[in-house]
Amino acid sequence: MEEQTMSQYKMHILVCGGTGCRSSQSGLISELFQDELLRKGLKNEVQVIRTGCFGFCEKGPIVKILPDNTFYTQVKPEDTAEIIDEHIIKGRKVTRLLYLDPDTQEYVSDSKHMGFYKKQLRVALRNCGLIDPENIDEAIARDAYQALGKVLSEYTPEQTIDIIKRSGLRGRGGAGFPTGLKWEITSKNPADQKYVVCNADEGDPGAFMDRSILEGDPHSVLEAMAICGYCIGAGKGLIYVRAEYPLAVKRLKVAIDQAHQYGLLGEHIFGTDFSFDINLRYGAGAFVCGEETALIHSMEGKRGEPTNKPPFPAQSGYLGKPTNVNNVETFANVPVIILKGAEWFSSIGTEKSKGTKVFALAGKINNVGLIEVPMGTTLREIIFEIGGGIKNGKKFKAIQTGGPSGGCLTEKHLDTPIDYESLTAAGSMMGSGGMIVLDEDDCMVSVAKYYLGFIVEESCGKCAPCRIGNKRLYEILERMTQGKADPEDLDKLRNLCNVIRDTALCGLGQTSPNPVLSTLNNFIEEYEEHVFEKKCRSGQCHDLLYYVIDEEECTGCGACKRVCPVNAISGEKKQPHIIDQKICIKCGSCMEKCQFDAINLKNEYKSTTVSV
Amino acid sequence: MTEIKTLADLKKKQEEVKSRIDLRNKAENPEARVQVKVAMATCGIAAGAKKVMEYFVEELEKRNIDAIVTQTGCMGYCFAEPTVEVILPGKEAMVFGYVDNVRADEIIERYIKHGELVDGIIPQNYDTIEQEER
Repeated sequence: MEEQTMSQYKMHILVCGGTGCRSSQSGLISELFQDELLRKGLKNEVQVIRTGCFGFCEKGPIVKILPDNTFYTQVKPEDTAEIIDEHIIKGRKVTRLLYLDPDTQEYVSDSKHMGFYKKQLRVALRNCGLIDPENIDEAIARDAYQALGKVLSEYTPEQTIDIIKRSGLRGRGGAGFPTGLKWEITSKNPADQKYVVCNADEGDPGAFMDRSILEGDPHSVLEAMAICGYCIGAGKGLIYVRAEYPLAVKRLKVAIDQAHQYGLLGEHIFGTDFSFDINLRYGAGAFVCGEETALIHSMEGKRGEPTNKPPFPAQSGYLGKPTNVNNVETFANVPVIILKGAEWFSSIGTEKSKGTKVFALAGKINNVGLIEVPMGTTLREIIFEIGGGIKNGKKFKAIQTGGPSGGCLTEKHLDTPIDYESLTAAGSMMGSGGMIVLDEDDCMVSVAKYYLGFIVEESCGKCAPCRIGNKRLYEILERMTQGKADPEDLDKLRNLCNVIRDTALCGLGQTSPNPVLSTLNNFIEEYEEHVFEKKCRSGQCHDLLYYVIDEEECTGCGACKRVCPVNAISGEKKQPHIIDQKICIKCGSCMEKCQFDAINLKNEYKSTTVSV
Repeated sequence: MTEIKTLADLKKKQEEVKSRIDLRNKAENPEARVQVKVAMATCGIAAGAKKVMEYFVEELEKRNIDAIVTQTGCMGYCFAEPTVEVILPGKEAMVFGYVDNVRADEIIERYIKHGELVDGIIPQNYDTIEQEER
């Protein structure tokens, strides 16, 4: 580490080093900044720091200049010289790179005044985008390991567990089990060795909350695991992280190494008898391994398949020893709770859901990104204020929460304050925090089919309801989107969903029909249209689209008739032609050939104009 | 690297490394702190603004004043370069002209510490601009 006294730096350039921004060259950008500063003789005055995710991925790569808190968006490598020349040297902001408020059409330079950040409260993400995650000193400057020190020197394990219990912290991985209670149960099971496991097997489509925490602030997780170890009497910690997260893995390794060098992990931490060590275990990216029993089996080198509970991991987990499994985000909350107190934490949120929740906003929304809001924030605030509304001015249709185990919420749920209970009551779930926004162009049957396709691929195959049932569900949905469904398929679909929910072995199987059930409940009319009218209102189902000749525009030239490979088109010369929908194979050749734009793709057709 | 053996060790370490991210912590809430903005356009730099800025950065820290020193562009008071704008928490911005190290010292000691007005104030309102006696 360079022995430069950091206070000499008059300005800091923070460059987002999250996976999203890195994929749009933020690594190169920070190198170019360094080069340019060297060339301009400012190397010792301006520090360039690669931080974790700022959350505003939509506008990445993000560059923030301090102390004046200027927030540059979509910075390209070729912009670096201009930022140095104009902003750093002359003190003039580069306006074209500032955030343009879509409502007021004004440039906003300070992120605090951006709609995206106004409603956010960053607790778990407190250090993401602020510190260099590969430098333990910066984490320490932001209170890292203070909570561990405090717990080891001032509290007994029971007192610590009591703080976590009183804070009301619940598992952020999905089900929302009270964290303090989980710790207490594990602590009371005697054993010669116990384990603390961090579940970093984030597998929901479109979700990247845990990855961003690991990439942006790995020490918060390491510290919390050690605190948990002290509470439950475990000397070993394991982080189960998917191998598809190479950056998170790298930063975790660096962080563990640095913590060891400082003696904050290892033997006799803070001069006490408590010793704790953390190792990494790599997952191969199977969705089911996010389920804690499957995760433990995978860590043991066995197949990643779930087993019946009980026994719970708290009784018999990794290698048959009592094991406490918590999610990344849950852990990231722990140190702050210890330092700021249970009362502080429980003052945020709703009656039964305390604190904040990180969500990954994706889909048809203007501000795609990572956000953290207090529990009790409404979907409307998230979508329209933080998220900046629907892309291209389209109409909001639904929001999918909770990943493949969750469901779709609609317009009528927009003003529901979000917490574990309200989302479940509305037919979805908190899940780990993925939020996918759908607009009027999305077909709900196709969305349900997409999630079922995911489940079919990811089902471990151990129990019949999940392995076979979901496959059958998928086939019914496929028939619907192809216009081949029978009226009784609707009932079959619902019955099968209920059977899978009631009989599958693990949590993933039991919740796998949720995307179908919630869309059935909220969008039954779309299902009915697919089944009875063979119509897809949003035009997403290709098989439910029809090539139709406009009688007004058709000149009767016969070009389409000649090109049709299946002779589906008929008509007299100079008379409007007609496509027989029963014969048509939807190849589109006629539409390509027509010079008069008389052939259109429609999601319904008048049966009077065709010979059905 | 020395090992951290006690909570006191950790706090000591934190003191040592705190300055690394001071700038970032402060930027979270600039309104609550003294803000010093040094006009650093070409003309300002030519008139010595860079030295003055360095002086502010170093002296404010030495004298334990919680302040943010930033640079800004040309303020338009070219006749009075180097110019420095000082915003005390909850107060109107105050612009000082002809700031050299001596005057910077005066600004810190008298205006920033005690709110006393010192020589070199440039009225902010363009309509009523009257060159201050110097």
